Formats: sequence, structure tokens, C-alpha cells
Amino acid sequence: MSAQAGTVPRGGSLLYSRLRATARSEWIKFRSVRSGPVALGLTALTVMLGAWLLGTSNRGSYLAASPAGQAAFDPVFTVLQGIELAQLFVGALGVITVTGEYASGLIRATFAATPQRAQVLAMKALVFTAVVWACCTAMSFAGFFLGQSALSPAKHAGLGDPGVLAAVLGGGLYLTFVGLLGMFTGVLVRRTPGALAALFGLLLVLPLVFHQIPGKITMNLREYLPDAGQQAYTLAHSGAYLLGPWQGLGVLTAYVAVAAVAAVALILRRDA
Amino acid sequence: MNERSSRVIEARSLTKVFGGKAAVDGIDFQVKPGLVTGFLGPNGAGKSTTMRMILGLDLPTSGTVTVNGLRYQGRVWPLHEVGALLDARAVHPGRSAYNHLHSLAAANGIARKRVDTVLEQVGLASVARKRAGGFSLGMYQRLGIAGALLGDPGTLLFDEPVNGLDPEGIIWIRTLMRSLAAEGRTVLVSSHLMSEMALTADQLLVIGRGRMIADLPMSELMARHSGERVEVRSADPQRMAADLRAAGARVTLEPDGTLGVAGLGSRQIGELAAERGHVLHQLRDVTASLEEAYFQLTGESVEYRAAAAVTSGAAA
Repeated sequence: MSAQAGTVPRGGSLLYSRLRATARSEWIKFRSVRSGPVALGLTALTVMLGAWLLGTSNRGSYLAASPAGQAAFDPVFTVLQGIELAQLFVGALGVITVTGEYASGLIRATFAATPQRAQVLAMKALVFTAVVWACCTAMSFAGFFLGQSALSPAKHAGLGDPGVLAAVLGGGLYLTFVGLLGMFTGVLVRRTPGALAALFGLLLVLPLVFHQIPGKITMNLREYLPDAGQQAYTLAHSGAYLLGPWQGLGVLTAYVAVAAVAAVALILRRDA
Repeated sequence: MNERSSRVIEARSLTKVFGGKAAVDGIDFQVKPGLVTGFLGPNGAGKSTTMRMILGLDLPTSGTVTVNGLRYQGRVWPLHEVGALLDARAVHPGRSAYNHLHSLAAANGIARKRVDTVLEQVGLASVARKRAGGFSLGMYQRLGIAGALLGDPGTLLFDEPVNGLDPEGIIWIRTLMRSLAAEGRTVLVSSHLMSEMALTADQLLVIGRGRMIADLPMSELMARHSGERVEVRSADPQRMAADLRAAGARVTLEPDGTLGVAGLGSRQIGELAAERGHVLHQLRDVTASLEEAYFQLTGESVEYRAAAAVTSGAAA
């Protein structure tokens, strides 16, 4: 330790106090700009307003549907589909949390204060995960309750019904992982436009491309694209998919893990 | 501030290659405490790259650079040892000056009250809660300097700190750097302006095209490059030139007949003229300005110069 008069943090292990200081710094950065509240506010609006609108519009169509159609109806996924739009905001938030620092050059001040770069990225991801997961899980629950009350008296679900709690939790987890994928994509690409294009190309465009190519192979591969994570908020299962909800989320988690490893490898080797 | 360590910045064969081109080409130097060391060179000479390597931001292609004998990347709480102003604009425009500094302070366990102290010190206390996006370049520079001072470090690096400052601000930063050095800190300031260095620096490192051109005290540069040329006009410039050369002087003959003489003082030239029966029309000491001294040093190493100044056949 250096001989700084009383200013260097003491107590506990060095690694622990170093990690805690980095996390505090990242938390101050996260809460002191508007992009966080704005993106999460838009996410909340989309999920909740979407749930209410989807619930209302599907109430009538459910009652008019055939018995087979009624049997296949998934009251949880139906009202949480707003997440597909809301992921744009969470994903973009993940991207700009990182690319904003590269664009302004602030990343140099960050690394000059904390030369342990992998630690900076880890604590940035930890702070982001904690905030985004808490908010998005709360939104998913709010969307679920709003949607179910809008659906009634058509087929609707309670939290205690089989698989429902997991699906609602899955909605929050899906959004959180999309945000993390955005964050690591931001580290890889460093520029905001490029990183947004890469992220949404992967999440939105690629599935459409696979959809256009006929054949069983593309059908099966299609399930291993990152948007397979959207199955996390379905109540199983029309049989159209081979993967179940948790396996779908696992696919997305694998993408996030690969992006994280690549991001750490690059951040350590690259000039800041 | 750390009183025990020697606080020396030391580079050994420091090299950085970008895309096959050496931005910094095997330089060696030492920056010592208690002095303001000017890091002088034309734009693109490698000053900022060197500073980024000192801070562990750019990784050297080969060679090493240490502060107090330690690589920057090995430090756990670096802001207590080294403070730096690199790019003053490197601030999130939506974040307040206070929160910007608070986040950096938190990363090194520096108390909140120190943030208020440095904001006061650089004169930004009244706008501390305003979004930095609305700042002038001068205010950004002050914020950057506040960031450098946060950890009360023994070593300070400033990359072109007077850019964008008004005259009052320029005097303020000169005084600040002088007082930081007087407190025994190591201060390295880069600039492409010799005139600025002449007013602040005690020691000069001159860099051009990635190579170290000179490492000398400011006073020595002044002594070496002033008053060493004499302008002579005489009735017979050709014969005068021949006699001066015979006496060991280096002489250039201008088209208008003026002789530029180096290697002999005006007194010796006058005596020689009397001895040989020359009629002198003018005898004048020419004091080379520091800018000229600087151009003499860096003349060969300017990276980008106007096309007109490029002599034929000089294309590399």
C-alpha cells in the first residue's frame, strides 16, 4: 500500500475494497445521467401500456375463437409481448452506458482511476444488472397484473397457476440479458451507431432473415438465435418449439457469456 | 502527498507503433520532482501518446515507462500518486461537474469533501451542479485540472492545459504549476508553444517525430541560442566575408549584401574590420528568439508542414 495520509481506503481485503470503490464509482456514474431513468421509463410505459392494450384487444378475439384456438391461448405471453418492443430501450441503454464513455473520451479517465479494466467492466455490469433487473422485473409483474385484469372474463391466469410465476420472472430476466448483451456489444464496437446496429441486427433482423429461408434446418437453427430468450415469458407450449422457456433463456445467456468473454479479452489488450 | 518516494517519471526505450509507423520511437527520459518540466514538440510529435503510456492507457510496443519505479497498471489507487489532465472534453455532457469528480473520487476512495475543495480551488464551485455540456472550453480545462488534483498526487501530467483558457486563466495555470512544483511535486506539461514553455518550464524535453531531440534546462537553451549571430553591412561584402571566414567565423551572404556572422562576437568583428581597413555600415547583434531556437531544434522533425516549405527532393 502507498503512504497516502489517511486517504487510501483501509480495512477488509484489498481486492474487496478495490471492487467496492469501483462499484460505487460506476453507480454514481449510472445515477447521474438521464439516460437510465429515460430508458427505463420508456420500458415501463411500453410493457404496462402494451399489457393493457393487448389484454383488452385479445379479450374479444378469445371469446370469438374456436375451442382449439382457446386451448392454445397463452394468457401470459399474450399480454407481455410489449417486451419485444421494450427491449429496444433496455438494449440501447446497455449500449450507450459503454459507448457514451468511449465517445466522450471519459473511458480514459475511468481507466486512469481504475487501471484494473476487467474489474471496471465487471462492476459496470453488476450495477447495471442490479438496477435493470429490479426495474424490469417490477414492470413484468405490473404488466402481468394489468394484462390479466384486462383479459378477464376471457381466459386469464393467476400467479399461483403452474408456470406463471416463472414466466413473469422470465420477462424481467429477458430484458436484463438484452441490456447486458447491449453493454458487451458496446465494448466490442465502441461506437454508438455501430453497436446499436449490431445488437438489433442480432435480436431483430437475423430472426426475420431465418424466417424467410424455408427448410427444417433453418427452422431448428432459428431457435438458437438470441431472441429464443423470449420464450422465458411464455407458458409452455404450443409444440412449435423444441426448446422450453428456460432453455430459451439459456440460449440468450450463452450469447451474453460469449460477448462478455470477448469484451474482457479486448478491453485488456486494446489501447484506451 | 507522498513524501517518501522519489516521484520520478522514467522512460526507457519507450516505443509505440501504430499501423507500422512509430509514433514514439525508443525515447529515454527522466522527469524529476520539484521542477516544471515542459514537454515540447510540434503537433503529432508523440507527446500525447507518451502521456497515455505513462498512464497505462496505451500499451507500449516495447520499452517501459514508470512513475516512482512502478508501472501505472500495477497501481491500486493511482489517483493518490498520479493526476492527469489529458483531454479536458472527456466528460459526459449530461453529468454535473460535481458528479463527474465524485465518480472519480469514489473509484479511489477519496472523500466527498475533497471534491468540494478542488472545485473551489479551480473556481468552479458556483457551477458545480450544472451539466458539463454547457461549459466553455476554459471551464472544461478547469474541471480537468480539478480531476488531476483530486488525489493530491505527487506527480501531475497536463496535456496542453492552456488551450482555450482566457489570459486570466493562463496566468492562473502558470502560477498553479509553479506552486505545485515548488511543493516538491513532479510536473510534466506538454505544449506545442515555445513561448508558453519559456514562461513556465524549468526543464525542457523536446520531442519530434517520436524521437527525443533535446533534454536540457530552460536556462541553458536560452544561453545557447541567444546573441550568437551578428549582422554586418560593409562597403565590400565579398572581401569582408573572406576575412571573417579566415578568422574562423561562419558567414552567410544575403542577396542585399548583408552578412550573417556566427562564431565571432560583434566586438571581435569590429576590431577585425579596423585591422583590415573595412568600412562598416552596420554592426548589429541579433538575438535569436526562443521560437527560433525551437525551430532550430525541431526543424527536421515537423510532421506536417505547408507544401511551400518543402524543399525539392525532400519527399520521403
